[in-house]
Amino acid sequence: MNPAMSGWDRFVFSFFNLDIARQYLPAIAKGFVTTVYLALAVIVAGVLLGLTLALLRSFRVKVANFFIIMFADIMRALPPLVLIILLFFALPYAGASLSAFAATWVALSLVLAAFAEEIFWAGIVAVPRGQWEAARSTGLSRAQTLAFVVLPQAVRMTIPPLTNRVISITKGTALGSVVALSEILNQASSSASQAGNATPMTVGALAYLLLFIPVVIFGRWVETRFVWKK
Amino acid sequence: MSKAILDIAALHKSYGATPVLKGIDMAVNENELVFIIGPSGSGKSTLLRCCNRLEEPESGSILVDGTDILRPGVDLNRLRQKIGMVFQSFNLYPHMTALGNVTLALRKVQGMEKEAAEEKGRAALARVGLAEKVNAYPNELSGGQQQRVGIARSLALEPRIVLFDEPTSALDPELVGGVLKVMRELKESGMTMVVVSHEMAFARAAADRVIFMDKGVIADQGAPEDMFGNPKHERLREFLSRIQH
Ligand SMILES: Nc1ncnc2c1ncn2[C@@H]1O[C@H](COP(=O)(O)OP(=O)(O)OP(=O)(O)O)[C@@H](O)[C@H]1O
Ligand SMILES: [Mg+2]
Repeated sequence: MNPAMSGWDRFVFSFFNLDIARQYLPAIAKGFVTTVYLALAVIVAGVLLGLTLALLRSFRVKVANFFIIMFADIMRALPPLVLIILLFFALPYAGASLSAFAATWVALSLVLAAFAEEIFWAGIVAVPRGQWEAARSTGLSRAQTLAFVVLPQAVRMTIPPLTNRVISITKGTALGSVVALSEILNQASSSASQAGNATPMTVGALAYLLLFIPVVIFGRWVETRFVWKK
Repeated sequence: MSKAILDIAALHKSYGATPVLKGIDMAVNENELVFIIGPSGSGKSTLLRCCNRLEEPESGSILVDGTDILRPGVDLNRLRQKIGMVFQSFNLYPHMTALGNVTLALRKVQGMEKEAAEEKGRAALARVGLAEKVNAYPNELSGGQQQRVGIARSLALEPRIVLFDEPTSALDPELVGGVLKVMRELKESGMTMVVVSHEMAFARAAADRVIFMDKGVIADQGAPEDMFGNPKHERLREFLSRIQH
């Protein structure tokens, strides 16, 4: 770096260096793809597992519900980072080992599942008792009542809080960098240290914006769209 | 002698340590409309809800069309189709149209094809005067119309008996008439009905028998003229004078 540069020029040189941006763009693009894959895998697994647990919970079997509630409470209490590190560094001692991708995926999916379970459960409980009674009195089984009467109403109430939770958990994909997963943050920071310049971090930030701004806008749309009309 | 569609004997039900039904004996014959009155908390709703096992009684027997519905291992979901239930708060499914509400059980429990179920559903809605509203959602209907959809939802299953728990209590006064009219037509078509309600004029006009429940027992029963015109039971007199003022 030229010591005669002004403060402003130094700032532009360090953070908005087009040559460096161009040079490291492919690496960050690779990280972008990994982050997208990981986020999608977390959303699918976390939401499905959360929904399954909430459905199981609605059958009100005492033992099962004890474990479901315990799972939800522990997973919501643990910082996701701790969970990722445990899965990645501690599991090998137990004879199993997970790749960085798998460890991050499993950890974030479990955390999302715990939150999703609580959100779905709150939705199921919020459906008035009379809905159950009407359905059961026409001969629908418990499972049919859940599937055709209760869930469609519960899911509607669930979508806004679930969208917010999904956004915040998928941002946790950046935690994968701790176990050397080549997602956006990791690619950006290793590019930055290689280049001795912070510009790749700027590119990384832009990549996150590119990924999450549409999701946030979608979340806003969902929130206005799914307000329950009485 | 006509046949009993609903036959209840020595029915007991408690919530925790509180007895709510203390030995109910009651039979409802085919085509009969039995009207139940009684103070709040006397157990009227609990009695109706035991009849399709939305509540589980402790002891006693309930026969519906000759089948003991309390017998262990009974196919409850099939039996419930014979016992229509109409609720004070309608309990329509808000995410389904009127037709969807009426056809859900036809399709999922009786396994009918969509077309056949919809044909039957339309007929049931026409019967309650809502042929024009098949595609309306509950929030697009008045309370009276919603309750008529609730009645159609029961009728579509061709029940042997329909139980009404205060079907007009949640309605604005000007909407009550339409629902009562549907209920009278139903009675005239030969349906067996048990109605818990405060609509005394309706009871006088349409009921075959009036049952007065008090503190978990049947305290008195008789023809509407006698029960309302010349009440002998003291608690009944008290109750009638209270609701008429
Ligand atoms: N789920 C329940 N748990 C505990 N107690 C209940 C429950 N349902 C009803 N009860 C009690 O049982 C008694 C009878 O209630 P029920 O609803 O059958 O009365 P009702 O005659 O229908 O009264 P109302 O005219 O107010 O509708 C009341 O004392 C009520 O508080
Ligand atoms: Mg009641």
